[in-house]
Amino acid sequence: MSELTLVLIRFAYLAILWIFVLSCISVIRSDMFGARVARQEAGGPSRAERKARSKQQKSSKPRRGVPTQVVIVEGGNKGEAVSLEHAPLLIGRGNDAAIRLDDDYVSTRHARIASSGEQWFVEDLGSTNGTYVGTSRISQATALQLGTQIRIGKTILELRK
Amino acid sequence: MSTGQAGPPAPQGLMGFVHRRRRGAELVLLILSLVVGIGAYAAVGLGVDGTLPVNLFTYGAWLAGLVIACHVVIRIFAAYADPILLPIVSALNGIGLAMIHRIDLARQASRPSSNGFADAQLVWMTLGAILFVAVLIIVRDHRRLQSFTYTFGLAAIVLLLLPLLPGIGRTINGSRIWINLGPMSFQPGEVAKVLLVIAFAGYLVLHRDALALAGRRFLFVDLPRGRDLGPILAMWLVSLGILVFQRDLGSSLLFFGLFLVMLYVATERPGWLVVGGVMFAAGAYAGFVALGHVHARVEAWLHPFSPDVNSFQLVQGLYGMGWGGLVGRGLGQGQPQVTPLAWSDFILPSLGEELGLTGVMAIILLYGILVERGLRTALICRDNFGKLMATGLATVLALQVFVVIGGVTRLIPLTGLTTPFLSQGGSSLVANWVIIALLIRISDHARRPPPELVEPDEDYDADATQVVKIR
Repeated sequence: MSELTLVLIRFAYLAILWIFVLSCISVIRSDMFGARVARQEAGGPSRAERKARSKQQKSSKPRRGVPTQVVIVEGGNKGEAVSLEHAPLLIGRGNDAAIRLDDDYVSTRHARIASSGEQWFVEDLGSTNGTYVGTSRISQATALQLGTQIRIGKTILELRK
Repeated sequence: MSTGQAGPPAPQGLMGFVHRRRRGAELVLLILSLVVGIGAYAAVGLGVDGTLPVNLFTYGAWLAGLVIACHVVIRIFAAYADPILLPIVSALNGIGLAMIHRIDLARQASRPSSNGFADAQLVWMTLGAILFVAVLIIVRDHRRLQSFTYTFGLAAIVLLLLPLLPGIGRTINGSRIWINLGPMSFQPGEVAKVLLVIAFAGYLVLHRDALALAGRRFLFVDLPRGRDLGPILAMWLVSLGILVFQRDLGSSLLFFGLFLVMLYVATERPGWLVVGGVMFAAGAYAGFVALGHVHARVEAWLHPFSPDVNSFQLVQGLYGMGWGGLVGRGLGQGQPQVTPLAWSDFILPSLGEELGLTGVMAIILLYGILVERGLRTALICRDNFGKLMATGLATVLALQVFVVIGGVTRLIPLTGLTTPFLSQGGSSLVANWVIIALLIRISDHARRPPPELVEPDEDYDADATQVVKIR
């Protein structure tokens, strides 16, 4: 094997190594910025969005409006209402919570209400006593409708128009 | 994900943006990583013998089969997982195998009777890949691991104590961290580190509120309350125990550092770092004064070129990297075998000698990306247990890399730890594959878009159960 070939192999291998590193970085880059744009051009609106849109066109019944506030219907803070304008809303006993509940069974940072397009979700933030939608304890982000009751500790919240 | 209430609502709301699956990108990177790994093997053959290795094809097919099998399992069981973790592991493992093989060849050239390590390492890698697949299939939701918090914690302690038992414990190279398993030997501490991450995460998730309570204030830092010092004190004693009874500096450092980082991340209190740092300094100084093997390591670090210090290995490694220079001697062209343990603890100086600074920088960058992906998984993960677990797993990798590369480059005293995925050493390789499997499981969960709502019909009851479809 001639000296020149060995030198070429040496540099070729370093080049391959760096090509691999740089392609990893380019995948990271596209992972950071490409997701939202690519989703829109690739699949058009997602199924959920399409569904929500068709629903809107079909039914303009009074019940099917857009929720604008969270109302506390039971518990220590009964009667309070918080606007959904500043979503995502943090629910908890802590000072930084948008909906501060005075309830011993509520964790400092208990749950969060946020929206994805038209759809509203509630998500438990690892609370001690859990968040319930209807009668079941939720383990991941769960969709909400107008009037769905969210139970947190002794408090019940509801999305209203 | 930020939880701030200020600012206008994001258009995509809950998730910020939706992650794509990226499995195609992973496949492309995997093929590139195989080129890196098999290319290194071929280059070693060309450099040493002047011809391509005879078994290049079977070796390459074996390696490719392993990683493609892992890729297929990810496609089926963790479709949204991070696309970069597996290719990096595959590339690092391939480079490591080629380098171990290269040192085997050099040792056998000078002494034909000496045993090779590369074949055993390939078997361990296969075992690692099998475990990787098993973890992905068995652990469908990482949050279920939280219910095993104390079981895993206890198991980790038992595993750490095993080598001290007279019957099965073995002392190799001065450290009593091995157990006999029939013809093989195994380091239970490597498995313990994975279990400890899960145990710490489960414990800290439950007790973070209490541990975050502030105590006395000292120099702008809130120190933790005295009564909360129990866990960190226990961990400190365990680490000191490993240092004294097993004479294993690296693991001792790894376990204490891991606990400290996870405690800090869980409580957001810099006070813990102060407390832990002081405890670490006290323990390290006591070790330096009282324990001969710690003293020797520090002396070799401070005065490596002094004639009456036992620092032959360290100096050989340094000269090797110096001889490698900017672009290295070329694979198969250097003499890494003159460094003791060049195939395990000192594999990075061996790579530095043959690939040069350029190659070592690429390797360190790969480790950096690996740790970054782990921490990013922790950031986007939605449950606290997963966040802490991902942080812990990334920290284990980061600490290992820092301790061993810092050691061989004389940044910190040399301590015996394996370089993840590169070094010869079955227990460590298998444990690190499991770490990657767990990270992939958490990242799949974190990147998966929120479930879509399928509305049952037009007018519904408020109490009606909603059908949630999980993609």
